[in-house]
Amino acid sequence: MSPDSLTFIFLNTVLANNFVLAMFLGLCPFLGVSGRLDTAIPMGIATTFVMLVSSVCAYAINQVLVAFDIEFLRLISYIAIIASAVQLVEMGLKKYSPSLFRSLGIFLPLITTNCAILGVALFQTFRDYDFSQSLVYAFGAGVGFTLAIALMAGLREKLELSQLPSVTQGAALSLMLGGMLSLTFMGFAGLGGGHG
Amino acid sequence: MNEAQQAMQPPRASSTLMMIVLNGIAMLAGFLVVMTSQLTAPRIAENQRIAIEQAVSKVIPGATRHREFHLGKDGLRSEPGADTTTIYAGYDDQDHLLGVAARAAAQGYADMIYLLYGYDPTCQCIRGIKVLKFAETPGLGDKITHDAAFQSNFDALDARLAPDGQGLAHAIAKVKHGTKQHDWEIDAISGATISSTAVGKALNQSAQALLPQLLPHLQELRATEKRP
Amino acid sequence: MTRKTDTQITWKTFSEGLWANNPVFVMLLGMCPTLAVTNSAINALAMGLATTFVLLASGLLVSLLARYIPKQVRIATYIVIIATFVTMIDYIIQAISLDLYNALGAFIQLIVVNCIILGRAEAYASKHRPAKAVLNALGMGAGFTLALLCLGLVREILGSGSVFGVDLFGPAFQPWVIMTLPPGGFLVLGAWLLLFDWFRLRRQQKETVTGGQSDVA
Repeated sequence: MSPDSLTFIFLNTVLANNFVLAMFLGLCPFLGVSGRLDTAIPMGIATTFVMLVSSVCAYAINQVLVAFDIEFLRLISYIAIIASAVQLVEMGLKKYSPSLFRSLGIFLPLITTNCAILGVALFQTFRDYDFSQSLVYAFGAGVGFTLAIALMAGLREKLELSQLPSVTQGAALSLMLGGMLSLTFMGFAGLGGGHG
Repeated sequence: MNEAQQAMQPPRASSTLMMIVLNGIAMLAGFLVVMTSQLTAPRIAENQRIAIEQAVSKVIPGATRHREFHLGKDGLRSEPGADTTTIYAGYDDQDHLLGVAARAAAQGYADMIYLLYGYDPTCQCIRGIKVLKFAETPGLGDKITHDAAFQSNFDALDARLAPDGQGLAHAIAKVKHGTKQHDWEIDAISGATISSTAVGKALNQSAQALLPQLLPHLQELRATEKRP
Repeated sequence: MTRKTDTQITWKTFSEGLWANNPVFVMLLGMCPTLAVTNSAINALAMGLATTFVLLASGLLVSLLARYIPKQVRIATYIVIIATFVTMIDYIIQAISLDLYNALGAFIQLIVVNCIILGRAEAYASKHRPAKAVLNALGMGAGFTLALLCLGLVREILGSGSVFGVDLFGPAFQPWVIMTLPPGGFLVLGAWLLLFDWFRLRRQQKETVTGGQSDVA
């Protein structure tokens, strides 16, 4: 598989270079909103959605920046455009699809400061992805994030039923679980990276 | 601004004031950023030059200076173009051409591996590689940067051209650890096979494409020797 | 916050971020860089210093400008200010050392979305005088750097057998490679948090036993 092919980019971002478990992006929601499966999955879907939107925006703005040779404004424009894109999406959802807004809306403000979103925008630029590659990359990142947060939520729901020493309850335990998941996902590394 | 947002927010300060503040901040931000990028640009360029200088002197043993060229379909140019490859010609103190360095890249275990390799026209072989940027697993894949046995693969890696001049006589490829038989094979590091494969792939791809283009112009690189 | 208390600058203004409200160990903020770049002590230190610079500079500017910024656009303004300083430090690090820049990668630019910085700008710098805001930012930055170093040192010692690149154990040492890899980041931070929780729990138990404030969580 060529490293530029869409399948490769997708698999690589979902599994081998999972945004949460290998690149450490989007940890705040990963630790904060992974308590229950039925909130974790909407959160993941909302994040995927925002990633796609901001990926498109970032791709467009980067074309402009490169054309005018003002790349030093990249970071400022990315962060501004992502914040406004999320605002727009939020307002649009509220107006046209209140039911969807009710299920995803509360997560949207949280997502703006999620570093995974800016991460998608920055990494797709650093890697010189074209438009379709950027989209697939953003989608893969979102799916990877959803996968990680859903796995985590499932584990934590199970753990609620078991008896634990009081000192291990809280963030420390979540991090340990994250470590285990990350260890598991390392098995995917090298996927498509060669045939040796 | 539409009604939805207005409804959400408390009565606002005058929008002129808001415009003034936002514009002021934006101008201040722009000023600071431009100033920093202007001030640091020479240092960054210098750092990059030093990094390339070090890399070139490592992959072309004995080279003390280098010149940058851009190789395109129509030959060597001094300015980069859309279809050109950047090459670095390395010279010794007497301005003799020792070798040519070029970049290569391939997908490794975790991310792309970028490397610089030096081609020596005298022995028609690759005399050294230097990994420029990579994200390989520390302790395993990163052995490609410092493992002495692996690096010794590139003391004289055969990169002869095929008689028709369209590609390498023997494709550069990595072989399983301990089974290297020919000069064009790369002995993989055991435990870092994927990273080793990537290095082999990167070298092969780059050399197959670059060398047939480069060799007809070697004389031009030599001709620049005597000039200051 | 009245003007009178605001003028008092105490040791606590600084030390709050160092210990009682340590951004990483207590507030659990800014986890992404904490885990991502702490695979060696030098990276951890550089990241800590870069974040401190941004905290300090944005804290100062926000504190100076706060009264002129209308409430509705304050978050946008803060973000622009922060992004400006992050871009600056990005160029500065490139000018200092390319190796360091390559090691930290995109995580320098991702300082922008580090919740600590926006959090401090909104919750502290905008409500306090510049001197106080700067001191507090310095404390927070120091606390963040300290936390990063705690992780970086442990991960480098276990994972590469060295400290700041200096070999500790000699060639006989078999490095615990997983510690410098992503899972190691999770595990080491988890272990540190366990330690902190344990200390806190013990102190609380002692207080209840001696009849102090029976504030059991």
